[in-house]
Amino acid sequence: MTDTTTYPDTAAPSTGPDSDSGSVSGLVHGVYREGEPLFDSKAPAGPIDKKWNERKFAAKLVNPANRRKLDVIIVGTGLAGGAAAATLGEAGYNVKSFCYQDSPRRAHSIAAQGGINAAKNYKEDGDSVFRLFYDTVKGGDYRSRETNVYRLAEVSANIIDQCVAQGVPFAREYGGLLDNRSFGGVQVSRTFYARGQTGQQLLIGAYQALERQVGAGTVQMFARHEMVELIVVDGRARGIIARDMVTGEIETHMADAVVLASGGYGNVFFLSTNAMGCNVTATWRAYRKGAYFANPCYTQIHPTCIPVHGDKQSKLTLMSESLRNDGRIWVPKRKEDCDKDPRQIPEEDRDYYLERIYPGFGNLVPRDIASRQAKNMCDEGRGVGPEVEGQGRRGVYLDFADAIGRMGEDAVRTKYGNLFDMYQRITGENPYEVPMRIYPAVHYTMGGLWVDYDLQSTIPGLFVAGEANFSDHGANRLGASALMQGLSDGYFVLPNTIRDYLASGPYPKVAPDHPAVVEAQESVRSRIDTFLSCQGTRSVDSFHKELGQIMWEYCGMERTEEGLKYAIEQIRALKAEFWTNVRVLGTNDQLNQSLEKAGRVADFIELGELMCIDALHRRESCGGHFRAESQTEDGEALRHDDDFAYVAAWAFDGDDEAPILHKEDLVYEFIELKQRSYK
Amino acid sequence: MATTTLQKKKPISPMHSTIGLKLMMAVSGLFFVLYVLLHMYGNLKILSGRAAFDEYAHHLRILGEPMLPYGGALWIFRILLLLALVAHVYSAFTLWKGAGEARSHKYAVRSAAAATVSSRWMRWGGVALLAFVVFHLFQFTWLQINVGGEFSSPAARVVAAFGVWWLTLIYVVALIALAMHLRHGVWSACQTLGYTSTARARRTANAAGIVLAVVVAGGFLIPPLGILFGAIK
Amino acid sequence: MRIKVRIWRQDGPAAQGKLVDYDLDDISEDMSFLEMLDVLNEDLNERGVEPVAFDSDCREGICGMCGLVINGRPHGNTGGRDGEANTTTCQLHMRSFADGETITIEPWRADAFPVIRDLVVDRTAFDRIIAAGGFISANTGSAPEAHAVPVEKKRADRAFDVATCIGCGACVAACPNASGMLFVGAKITHLAELPQGQPERWTRVQAMVAEHDADGFGGCTNIGECSAACPKDIPLDVISTLNKDLRRSMLH
Ligand SMILES: Cc1cc2nc3c(=O)[nH]c(=O)nc-3n(C[C@H](O)[C@H](O)[C@H](O)COP(=O)(O)OP(=O)(O)OC[C@H]3O[C@@H](n4cnc5c(N)ncnc54)[C@H](O)[C@@H]3O)c2cc1C
Ligand code: HEM
Ligand code: HEM
Ligand code: SF4
Ligand code: F3S
Ligand code: FES
Repeated sequence: MTDTTTYPDTAAPSTGPDSDSGSVSGLVHGVYREGEPLFDSKAPAGPIDKKWNERKFAAKLVNPANRRKLDVIIVGTGLAGGAAAATLGEAGYNVKSFCYQDSPRRAHSIAAQGGINAAKNYKEDGDSVFRLFYDTVKGGDYRSRETNVYRLAEVSANIIDQCVAQGVPFAREYGGLLDNRSFGGVQVSRTFYARGQTGQQLLIGAYQALERQVGAGTVQMFARHEMVELIVVDGRARGIIARDMVTGEIETHMADAVVLASGGYGNVFFLSTNAMGCNVTATWRAYRKGAYFANPCYTQIHPTCIPVHGDKQSKLTLMSESLRNDGRIWVPKRKEDCDKDPRQIPEEDRDYYLERIYPGFGNLVPRDIASRQAKNMCDEGRGVGPEVEGQGRRGVYLDFADAIGRMGEDAVRTKYGNLFDMYQRITGENPYEVPMRIYPAVHYTMGGLWVDYDLQSTIPGLFVAGEANFSDHGANRLGASALMQGLSDGYFVLPNTIRDYLASGPYPKVAPDHPAVVEAQESVRSRIDTFLSCQGTRSVDSFHKELGQIMWEYCGMERTEEGLKYAIEQIRALKAEFWTNVRVLGTNDQLNQSLEKAGRVADFIELGELMCIDALHRRESCGGHFRAESQTEDGEALRHDDDFAYVAAWAFDGDDEAPILHKEDLVYEFIELKQRSYK
Repeated sequence: MATTTLQKKKPISPMHSTIGLKLMMAVSGLFFVLYVLLHMYGNLKILSGRAAFDEYAHHLRILGEPMLPYGGALWIFRILLLLALVAHVYSAFTLWKGAGEARSHKYAVRSAAAATVSSRWMRWGGVALLAFVVFHLFQFTWLQINVGGEFSSPAARVVAAFGVWWLTLIYVVALIALAMHLRHGVWSACQTLGYTSTARARRTANAAGIVLAVVVAGGFLIPPLGILFGAIK
Repeated sequence: MRIKVRIWRQDGPAAQGKLVDYDLDDISEDMSFLEMLDVLNEDLNERGVEPVAFDSDCREGICGMCGLVINGRPHGNTGGRDGEANTTTCQLHMRSFADGETITIEPWRADAFPVIRDLVVDRTAFDRIIAAGGFISANTGSAPEAHAVPVEKKRADRAFDVATCIGCGACVAACPNASGMLFVGAKITHLAELPQGQPERWTRVQAMVAEHDADGFGGCTNIGECSAACPKDIPLDVISTLNKDLRRSMLH
């Protein structure tokens, strides 16, 4: 697994001595500084199964009559934001809810297919809160916070009750009770699902609850509004600046607390399974105002996506992982065979590489391993499918010929028919006859704003929920756990913890001409003016694509120190070019999609740099992240618990300054740390 | 524009909603169906001879006597018919107007994927039927239009009139319009009343529409065509 | 392949619009329809012409954000007539078009969905309909154990089948009356099939229909274009169920 990439002759960033400690001018690796360690002060001491109840009891109460006087801004209407807005609205707070789509129902949670986990133990197969907790921590490769994960497992059962009461049509058995399946390589059946559209059904449940509050007047909805700045007054988050995407108006919204539930930032890679509009702007603006950004380099790459077909492609489509249960993955043994019709390649010339390398798990190895090996095959030149400029052939076969022979075409159709149809619609190929082609794609980001047990960021009054926070999934997320986390945060955790903060409110009114407000408004306006007046030669998308290629190549599935340093250099150059050579036509006072994208891409470029810095500093392979310098003799990921069992929370220190790393040590009291092995 | 905050509006009561209007249309429409079936049955009496037909016309007028005055039952029925007509036309035009306002900017290119011809002709077809009924009343009820000569016996009037080819043609066209109206109308009424909540019920209602259209148009056409071609004298 | 597109361009809600022709010659069959528009937009941007505004987000057929009337058909759907299953605009691919074809692209046309710009329309009326009653009132934390109420599988399945509506508005765009009844019917049926939805059943249907009408949609006259255009194949049954529920609600 040697890295064959060569680097053009650019000066690498000035690196200090190759260690984490001392260096010239206090910079580590030449790119960051280290600050004070960080810890979570909110989780109460004591047995893990008592903590959440204690916290809820200790959190201060708000008198119902006072709730009306308290304003809460919630950015995002996905599972996390939608659920939180509905719940806080029901409680009687004055909620303002924002999303960039035309309707809150379209948040990207809607795209989740597989299902949602919950420790209901309906199958009586030995599941329990503790087992879900354990599986999640282990799945996250021991890089998540025990207290948060336990709480997640604890409230998971309530989520299902809540959703059923709302009318979410989960799959049921003939007896009329809920059905479960096993998902993501765990040994118990704890996944609730609604055919292949679980996310959609859960989101519609939350959306309906939200709209009910809109109707009741407790929630005010601002669709087609994009948050472009956070307002911090006297150290507290007090509001946001939002751009009305229809009229271009720059609106100032003030509140007693701000919640960010703005989803993940996988779109930094340009091509991902995320929606076109997914962005990091909300959290990135908060980062620049003092919130710490934790583990930005933790991204999840999903092995079964439909490969890239050309350089005009705009997004990648995920197909359910369940395909790996019956499909066999292979590439030709010889490069010369790569452009042949796969059906003409005899059995002995095929390399079923997962079955060869991992005889025990075969095609069912975890996501990260399946993804990395696919990349290795293509890097060796044995990829299949169309040649994409500059990348070669990026695809491996997922072959159902055996399954069709064994079960018959009809049985395969019953089980996977809709996935096959989707594949055929997108590629124009019939997977019953020709093997499917798949390739990994970015799917989920575990990193996000750092939060304590209360989901509060390092800025008081700024809370972060769902995929936008650094979440409970450590370095890798188990299938069907993101939906669980989003709803747990939104329905049950945040509404309980935020009241502790709101109980000290209402906070003093901020005058509209307060310097912090004026500064925020002006910075937003000047940014927009810069974009519109730049009049360069390149489109926003072309910058985004270029950034994506850098990120995918050097900060994707496999990273090296050299590659990351090179990437940082490239990104800095890209940033400089972006601000001087971008072309955004039109004006601000109308719907202007290039302008919207420009703001997002500007933030993605900065985030990309921080991701590379984070990846560079984490010299271990863990979770979905393979660091070439950290592998076992037979090429497997090697984790370093002694050096890296911490959350890396990054603080912004100014535009031309290096970011500051704050470490939160991860203490495992209830679960013992172990290395993974799938051989 | 971009917010969804509920704007308070005057609530629309269910009966005045678009669905309420449709219910009105369905009930009145079905009453028309009943009427045309009876009328067709009456017309077919002419196959049993002029006397039977005249007897039938007379019978209609003495129905309910002596409880009701001469022509009383007929008048009750006429009033009901008239009420149904007002309801039917009112709802049809209200919905028509609403549909126009709901899409004031039309498509440059339009292409239907499923709509049947009958469904798309309901409104103009209905207007055509209304025009026909007016004409028809002038002819047979008010006796203002006399084609083929003036006669006192209804049967004689009918036989004389349909001996004229162009009059028969008018009736054929009207009956095609009626068939189309019924073909869609019957299924539509079932859907409006909520009897087609499964794919099967939907197919049944559609079939019923076709059968009724054929039976009614066919049944009505027998006398005029029979007369024109000399089978009925 | 080469194609010509005729696209509705309109600067803003109050502006006059018109169809404008553009030629494209380097389109690959594997591109999605929206990627074809991306290519056009890159090209326009290069030429200093403002790109065409159109909505899309997930680009995988589930969020309901995209929606264009293509050659007179919402989402370009054939109603299954050409042997092709219905899709959303984002899932339509260029291989469905012929080399050299002229493609007319218009926005959803309905006064309840005003045009914001070019091909982008405002569908918040749908949200207002849901806000009026398209929910089950179950405050967070008040739910009983999920297994307390079993649901007959047949009803659960029907509820799911119609809950797949993505709120795209193609039904309205397709309906000659610009009626939103397929959308309303889908939600009414979803909630009416479930035991949880019973307590509010009659008030819900009245409130949603009233809001639908007040928002300026036309009334349904059972034409059936909506269902034929629906990317999720929501059947006409739901409108029957809706009608029946409204009728019965008047007796409750
Ligand atoms: C294809 C796919 C399949 C998946 N399948 C599964 C699965 O089977 N099981 C599972 O558990 N997880 C799955 N996931 C992951 C899971 O769906 C997401 O992690 C989760 O839904 C995120 O929810 P959220 O509420 O945090 O954010 P989102 O649902 O992404 O919502 C983000 C919200 O923030 C708003 N927003 C963002 N930026 C701004 C801004 N600047 N201003 C205003 N508003 C803004 C958006 O409008 C949106 O409303 C899947 C993800 C994908 C992409
Ligand atoms: C060829 C077919 C038809 C024939 C021969 C026919 C004949 C007649 C005759 C003779 C009368 C007068 C009856 C009387 O006053 O005693 C009459 C009345 C009437 N017919 Fe027809 N008719 C035909 C078709 C229709 C159709 C298709 C319609 C409706 C769509 C229709 C609607 C009426 C109505 C409303 C009256 C008035 C009834 C009344 O006086 O209350 N007829 N018709
Ligand atoms: C007099 C003029 C008439 C007009 C303007 C008219 C118009 C209409 C219209 C617009 C509809 C609704 C179309 C739809 O639902 O798709 C309708 C429905 C119907 N009409 Fe008529 N019509 C007329 C006469 C008649 C007559 C004479 C009959 C019976 C013979 C009739 C029977 C029906 C029926 C059964 C329906 C179905 C009701 C429903 O849709 O729920 N109509 N008509
Ligand atoms: S019913 Fe179909 S066409 Fe209408 S909004 Fe729902 S999914 Fe779209
Ligand atoms: S097309 Fe329109 S008329 Fe009714 S059946 Fe569909 S809403
Ligand atoms: S973009 Fe989401 S459905 Fe088409």
